[in-house]
Amino acid sequence: MKSESTNTNGVKIGLECHAQLITKSKLFCPCSTDYHNSEPNTHVCATCLGLPGALPVVNERAIRYGIKVALALNCEVQPQIIFYRKNYYYPDLPRGFQITQYDFPIALNGLVQIESASGGDGGRERGIRIRIRRVHMEEDPGRLVYKGTIDTAKYSLVDYNRSGIPLVEIVTEPDLRSPKEVRIFLGELRSILGYLSVFDGDLEGAMRVDANISVGGGERAEVKNISSYKDVERALSFEITRQKNLVRRGLKVTLETRHYDEVRGITLSMRTKEFEHDYRYFPEPDLVPIRISDMVSEIKGEIPELPDEKKRRFVSQYSIAREHANTLTYDINIADFYEEVASKMDAGLSAVWVADVLKGELNYRGISMREASKRVSADDFVAMLRYFKKGVITERGATEIIREMLDHGGKPDEIIKRKGLASIGSAEIEKAVLEVIKENENAVEDYRTGKKEALHFLVGQVMRKTRGRANPKDVSKWIEEKI
Amino acid sequence: MKLDNLTAIDVVEGIKSGNISCEELVCEIYERIERSKLNCFITLNKANALEKAIEVDRRKNEEDYRRKKLLGVPIAIKDSISTRGLQTTCASKILEGYIPPYDAAVIEALKCEGAIIIGKTNMDEFCMGTTTETSFYGPTRNPHDLSRVPGGSSGGSAAAISACETVLALGSDTGGSIRCPASFCGVVGLKPTYGFVSRYGLIAYANSLEQIGPMASNVTDTALLLEVISAKDERDSMEVKIKNNAAMNYCASSLKWDEDANIDIDIDIDKEVKGMKIGVPKEFIEGVSPAVKKSVWNAVHKFEDSGAIVEEISMRGLNLKYALASYYIIAISEASSNLARFDGLRYGLRLGKDENWHTTFSKIRGEGFGEEVKRRIILGTYALSAGYYGKYYLKALKVRTLIKNEFEDAFKKQDMLAMPTMPFVAFELGERIKDPLSLYLADVNTVPINLAGVPSISIPCGFSNGLPIGLQLVGKHFEENEILKAGFVFETLSG
Ligand SMILES: [Zn+2]
Repeated sequence: MKSESTNTNGVKIGLECHAQLITKSKLFCPCSTDYHNSEPNTHVCATCLGLPGALPVVNERAIRYGIKVALALNCEVQPQIIFYRKNYYYPDLPRGFQITQYDFPIALNGLVQIESASGGDGGRERGIRIRIRRVHMEEDPGRLVYKGTIDTAKYSLVDYNRSGIPLVEIVTEPDLRSPKEVRIFLGELRSILGYLSVFDGDLEGAMRVDANISVGGGERAEVKNISSYKDVERALSFEITRQKNLVRRGLKVTLETRHYDEVRGITLSMRTKEFEHDYRYFPEPDLVPIRISDMVSEIKGEIPELPDEKKRRFVSQYSIAREHANTLTYDINIADFYEEVASKMDAGLSAVWVADVLKGELNYRGISMREASKRVSADDFVAMLRYFKKGVITERGATEIIREMLDHGGKPDEIIKRKGLASIGSAEIEKAVLEVIKENENAVEDYRTGKKEALHFLVGQVMRKTRGRANPKDVSKWIEEKI
Repeated sequence: MKLDNLTAIDVVEGIKSGNISCEELVCEIYERIERSKLNCFITLNKANALEKAIEVDRRKNEEDYRRKKLLGVPIAIKDSISTRGLQTTCASKILEGYIPPYDAAVIEALKCEGAIIIGKTNMDEFCMGTTTETSFYGPTRNPHDLSRVPGGSSGGSAAAISACETVLALGSDTGGSIRCPASFCGVVGLKPTYGFVSRYGLIAYANSLEQIGPMASNVTDTALLLEVISAKDERDSMEVKIKNNAAMNYCASSLKWDEDANIDIDIDIDKEVKGMKIGVPKEFIEGVSPAVKKSVWNAVHKFEDSGAIVEEISMRGLNLKYALASYYIIAISEASSNLARFDGLRYGLRLGKDENWHTTFSKIRGEGFGEEVKRRIILGTYALSAGYYGKYYLKALKVRTLIKNEFEDAFKKQDMLAMPTMPFVAFELGERIKDPLSLYLADVNTVPINLAGVPSISIPCGFSNGLPIGLQLVGKHFEENEILKAGFVFETLSG
């Protein structure tokens, strides 16, 4: 797909983001929310299975988390909330209705600032304001499990472990202009929710998105079921291209709901007859309205420094590059790790090693900082950097230590010994240089006749012989001297 | 053993003193049930009940057993209340074979106080009816005349008490479902203030209207049973809120227990009745049958003769036609949503080979629900649908507020209201079931009470051609104790 096709003006995207809140128990029953590694249907009770006669009781902590999210998104928290029933049939919905909010949500009218990708998309400025329409609470339905794929499976199974997990739904105004902006916005949102300690983006299905998309002022289509954060850009790009092609051919975009097929990467029209619902909202008669105005001031006090603020502070306090500050502040665990390292070590050097090297290794392994911190402590990291600064180990040695700590654990000094990573003395370097000169007469000859690239080759050979324990700059000097 | 006139208090005392064997009592009850032509029960709990009875006999002298308020008392449970391990069908085919894995809050309380669950009683399917004729398991008959209905929807519970097939029973009352059958079968039934008894485990018909309530052969047993089932329960949010908001210290009854756990009824009849202000709203008595009218006035005059101040009043703002309409719209709207969960996927009815989900659940709902239930689901779905919500449901809620206010006004001058429970005595089976609208009209004196959320008790006050008539006493919010005391007074005065 050509990138220009998704960058043109006239694209409007609004999102409905559903994020699971990491409370201990579910939204309306005492079942544990820690189901991600459990056997199906083991975290269930009469209430979340929707057995006849069972009643919901609101988990106040979940409401507090919802208020926290609303405040962090600069919303106006409402004085009173009411739960409603949204009636529709689906096998993952054990009561035949979902308890959600309609009128009287937790909050209205918020705002999130995002940074557009460098240069700005479609000529937009760097700082983009995304308005939040509303924030409300609802329960997660269960989950359908297919043997094979949705098309080939003979039957589907239902796992109700997820049924009743508290979700906060964040609805934006159609202020986003491209799939890329959507990705940046969702990144920012994940980051903020993580900072609030109410959300764990590493859990499967922790955030799910529905998107409303229109081009050039035409009708909008709603794309549902974008279950993975990574799929968002792909799903939206497909949908925008689809709509633009319609317009180009003189056809109209119809107002409809489309389903994202993550396997094929396309959006499909849901047959209107089956999926167009009249949800028949009405206030949940088993629950009472909840006054939340009294909770707000206390919860305000619990809101930590948020990513945007922290970013600015990092740049000024540690004099580090903006890009580094971005990387370091995305995940609160990385930010905290960095600050601990920087409090004991050169802040600039720490930024490079945490943001570039450590973060890179985490990404490569697909693990989070929280997980990694079980193996790598800030103190170990500081110790490793000290060895590097003193020249005990080379850059390559330092990287090797990080990898070893991440993969197998251990302390830097012990790893240096075990893997023989200590930089070698001049005698050993000289010996290796002389051997390489002897073994590579052609390259030496090339260098002498003015082919400067030959030097790189020779340095590489020495590095290989010393297994990276020498500083390449030193090696280069030695070779020039000896030739 | 003589089961007739055996009260719960007799049973507890008899067992403790060794004069009654709980095992014999329970056996005798099952013998009666097995001989019965009434069809009061859908499911019996015989093996379990006998086992419990033997345990009661064996341990009756242990300190904690002596303190059990319903030690060894046989009780029948309406089939709309979840009982762990015991089939609970709500009289519907769609729940055939459903065995709840948990007990309703009231069942926990009963078990804790030593009651013996005899079985699950017949009712109108999902409480939708006034005759117990809509049950999938066949109608229950009125013990006073087998050709007549017992009333509904808690018809099985009322008939079982009346026929001594149990000592106590639980019913549930959405728009008269306890009081109507109590009236038709000549027993006592009380609908508590909305929020007085936990609904946890009650299969919902209309959440904002219904309450579980006690049924018994006399007022004292009714008070005793209410005392046991009204313990505070955190699992019913409405109950918690309403009890927290109740300004006064509510108490279920005037029953007291002495140090030896013997019951003590602390009521001075003369003192209670003197100066008691009873209003008789003419809107509730004008349209009823002459026999019922006469009987109810006689009852009221008994109070008056003993020193009560009786006044015929008018609740002018209360248009009973609108009350009925409001009640039915709220009830069916909530029901249409409550009953959505019955799809045969997780429990209840299965039909042969499964097809795709839509087809399978449509078939199961098509076959599993009876006509009246389907009618109410369809009407309720319509009433809640886009564009009609404001016209019907919201308007019904507004009418309900007006009705509440009307009762509050009446209670500014009166301690309680007296009126007929039902406009007529029990009618023939099949007589009205074909005409739903005339049947809905039978609830005219009971539904306004549920809309107002106030407590009300139905007490037998006479007969017409051998068929019982019920007197309904309506109290202020949380004044269950006042209407129970008045009921006790009436029982005593009637001898
Ligand atoms: Zn649960």
